Amino acid sequence: MKPNFDQFKDIPGTTIFTIEKAREGFQLNEFCMSLRTQENRDRFHADERKYLDEWEMTEEQKKAVLDRDFQRMLDLGGNVYFLSKIFAAEGLSYVQAVSTMTDMNVQEYQAMMLAGGRSPDGWRSKKERGEA
Amino acid sequence: MAKITAGIATSHVPAVGHAVDSGRTQDDYWKPMFDGYEFSKKWIAENPADVAIIVYNDHASYFGMDIMPTFAMGIAEKFNICDEGYGPRPIPVVEGHAELATHLAASLILDDFDMTVLNKLDVDHGLTVPLSLMYGTPDKWPTKVIPLPVNVVMNPQPSGERCFSLGKAIKDAVEQFDGDLKVHIWGTGGMSHQIQGARAGLINLPWDIQFMDDLINDPETLQYKPHLEYMVEAGSEGVELIMWLIMRGALGDKVNEVHRFNHVPASNTSVGHLILTPKDN
Ligand SMILES: [Fe+2]
Repeated sequence: MKPNFDQFKDIPGTTIFTIEKAREGFQLNEFCMSLRTQENRDRFHADERKYLDEWEMTEEQKKAVLDRDFQRMLDLGGNVYFLSKIFAAEGLSYVQAVSTMTDMNVQEYQAMMLAGGRSPDGWRSKKERGEA
Repeated sequence: MAKITAGIATSHVPAVGHAVDSGRTQDDYWKPMFDGYEFSKKWIAENPADVAIIVYNDHASYFGMDIMPTFAMGIAEKFNICDEGYGPRPIPVVEGHAELATHLAASLILDDFDMTVLNKLDVDHGLTVPLSLMYGTPDKWPTKVIPLPVNVVMNPQPSGERCFSLGKAIKDAVEQFDGDLKVHIWGTGGMSHQIQGARAGLINLPWDIQFMDDLINDPETLQYKPHLEYMVEAGSEGVELIMWLIMRGALGDKVNEVHRFNHVPASNTSVGHLILTPKDN
């Protein structure tokens, strides 16, 4: 069966981690995996730039990590489960990190979740939203 | 003969593990969710399993992108707990059941399910949070575990049909095992959630409830739901629910609904939980 990755492009505010994106983000995600040990977390935090330079990541990917720009990391092939190693190492929860990708601050985001979460209504299609 | 005596479905939210490990299960935020599992803890104490086959996904905790198996099976005697970035959870090591696991892996491969065989595996919240929800905080897990990791992280994930068929093959393989064992099969992950992008925080409780109804009553149709629908309606991470189809496939045509629970939210996620038993048919 021929893959159809284009079908995912109409979902608003969503980056599907396809095998193609996984190829693009391989080194970024490998760097994230390295943060599973305390020793590497300490080395990363001591000199982030130096640690990142040990990986064959693109300059854009490194900059996105230094800026903690999670949306940009997704765009460049990162996946949130991998990226979680970056924010976990700083003691941040998924809610704290994930909210930075939305147009809400963490309090507003938490309030939305407590009220039942984001309704899919209006969020099913870019075309519907006039984004495409 | 060995027999599958129950199927358990549950979300596996990492923050739930932190709540258990830090003794916060009775906090205002968490109590209503943990209350939904009180029945289940009693039920599983009265209806124990010798072995639980736990279908789950690794979240870049053990597998990176070096190797990404679509379906795998842990056949070791024990599985250590992953460090997911906060240090490993302070919980007992997970004991395997090598005899049944080797039988299952071999049977499934012979039935054309090309399982990746794992003689070494560390397990993450996908497997350990369900253990904590069902068993609380024992010194030793009351059941042996056969981990069955599924790739739901990288698209393409296996199709719903393939997952459902794998469940059916697991049922046959368990029944062909030369040994008397009570076996549970757990499907974990879901329900609706999205933890990335501007659409993060998506929850679709009506869809989740319909999914549960269909899983119980009409899995033969549910298996064909395209992944795109899971992503659009239940969020990009909602596609984890295909793992529940493996559990359901292993229970046979008709099931009894023993317990059902829904709760929103746990962290970013709609929590869903089912206990099903096969109707002897
Ligand atoms: Fe998960």
